[in-house]
Order: sequence, then structure tokens, then C-alpha cells
Amino acid sequence: MNFLNAFLFAGFACAIAQIILDNTKLTPGHITSIYTAIGALLSFLGVYDDLIVKFGAGATVLISNFGHMLYQAAIQGYMAEGILGIFSNMFTKSSAAIAGAIIFAFLVSLVAKPKN
Amino acid sequence: MTKEDYKKLVSKHTPREPKLRNIVVAFFVGGLIGFFGEFIIFMLQESFGMSKVIAGMWTALIIIAISSILTAFGFFDNWVNKCKCGLIIPTTGFAHSVTGSALDYKKDGLITGLGANIFKLAGSVILYGVISAFILAIVRVVIGV
Repeated sequence: MNFLNAFLFAGFACAIAQIILDNTKLTPGHITSIYTAIGALLSFLGVYDDLIVKFGAGATVLISNFGHMLYQAAIQGYMAEGILGIFSNMFTKSSAAIAGAIIFAFLVSLVAKPKN
Repeated sequence: MTKEDYKKLVSKHTPREPKLRNIVVAFFVGGLIGFFGEFIIFMLQESFGMSKVIAGMWTALIIIAISSILTAFGFFDNWVNKCKCGLIIPTTGFAHSVTGSALDYKKDGLITGLGANIFKLAGSVILYGVISAFILAIVRVVIGV
């Protein structure tokens, strides 16, 4: 059942994005940015944690999860250290994704030949 | 032939984007990635006894590593053209855009090319993610919890 939920939710989010992409002039860059901001907003409203409980990886593999992690890290930082914590904690939860993307991209592009 | 006729002729022969098919493909590809993620989390929990949070982080890393490697081999660009949002909206799209820009600008040198352009596409996601998280955090602080 978990697997089906994950499939349906991730598919649903991608289908909505595809409808926006095909019917407006927005580029994929716009849509991913909007999804990230929506993730932060849903997290602010307290909805995103429920989505993760219900849909598991269906909610965490999406780019909106990035916004969710940024917001949660910022709030936890505020709880621990006040205003400074918003700045010093912002990336703690999403660090794995950002560092992973940078490191793998760099290593892989050193090895791979650029195509023409 | 008047200009109007010519326009009609052009629009008749321009291939129309198969919108419905795009949506179905995006649904299935995105859904498969969600399914795949849930499967890896399940496997990591079962075989290594990881907590759900740790398993989720490893899963994100695995998905990012796979999409970076596939981008470097050149498979991913074709797939993104076909599946569009099915691959762009999941974390695969983030990893693809970072690796893609790194590869595209590598020819301009490691500093001025790769270094300066690696976040060319993914930068907007990080920027607006941080800005929206910051503003919402401030709002929550101001209105009190």
C-alpha cells in the first residue's frame, strides 16, 4: 500500500507540473522554483509532514521536499539559537542533497567527455 | 497564396504537442521514481536496520548519484526530452541540471567554465527555496507559535 501511495502522489505532482508546462509559457526552471516555494509554504502550514507520513518517498523525492527541509531547518534553528539560528541552520537538513549533487556532478564531469 | 493562407498551412503542418500523452508519461515516470524511492527506503530499513530518516537521506543520495552518472553517459538528456516533468520535478531533475551545466561548460575551463556555471540552472531552485523558507520562518516568528 505504501508503494502505491508513493507512486500515485509522485505521479500526480509530476502530472500537474506537466500540465503547467504545456499550457503556459513557464519554463522547467520556473516550475521547479515554484514547486520549491510551494514545498516551503506547505511546510509552513504544517501540511508537508502529513504528506510524508501518508505518501513516504512519494513526497520526499520531489523537489518541493527541498523547500520543506529548508523551512524546517530554519525553524529548528530559530528554536535553538534565535534569529541567528535561521541563518546558521538553514542548510542543515538539505546538506546531503546539495553536497551530494555538487560532489557527484564534479567527479562525474571530470571523468566524462563533453559531447558536441 | 496570401499570408493568411500560408499561416494556416504552417499551423496545419506544425507537429502538435501530444499534451495528453505528455501528462500520462509524466505521471508514470514520476510515479515510478516515487515507487523506486519508497522501495530503496524499505530495503535499507530491512537490510541495515536504518531509521526512516537516515534511510531517506541515503535514498536521496542514491537517486542523485544515479542521475548524475546517467547524465554523464548522455542517457538522461534524451529521457528528459521524452518524459519532461516526470524527471524534472523529482530530485533527479536537480541532480541532472547541476551535472548537465558542469558538463556543458567544462570546455571553458575548470574555474571560469565549470565553476562559474555549475549552478546555472539549479541556482534558481536554491535561491527561491532559501528566500521563501526565510520569509516564512520570519512570518512564523512574528506571528508567534
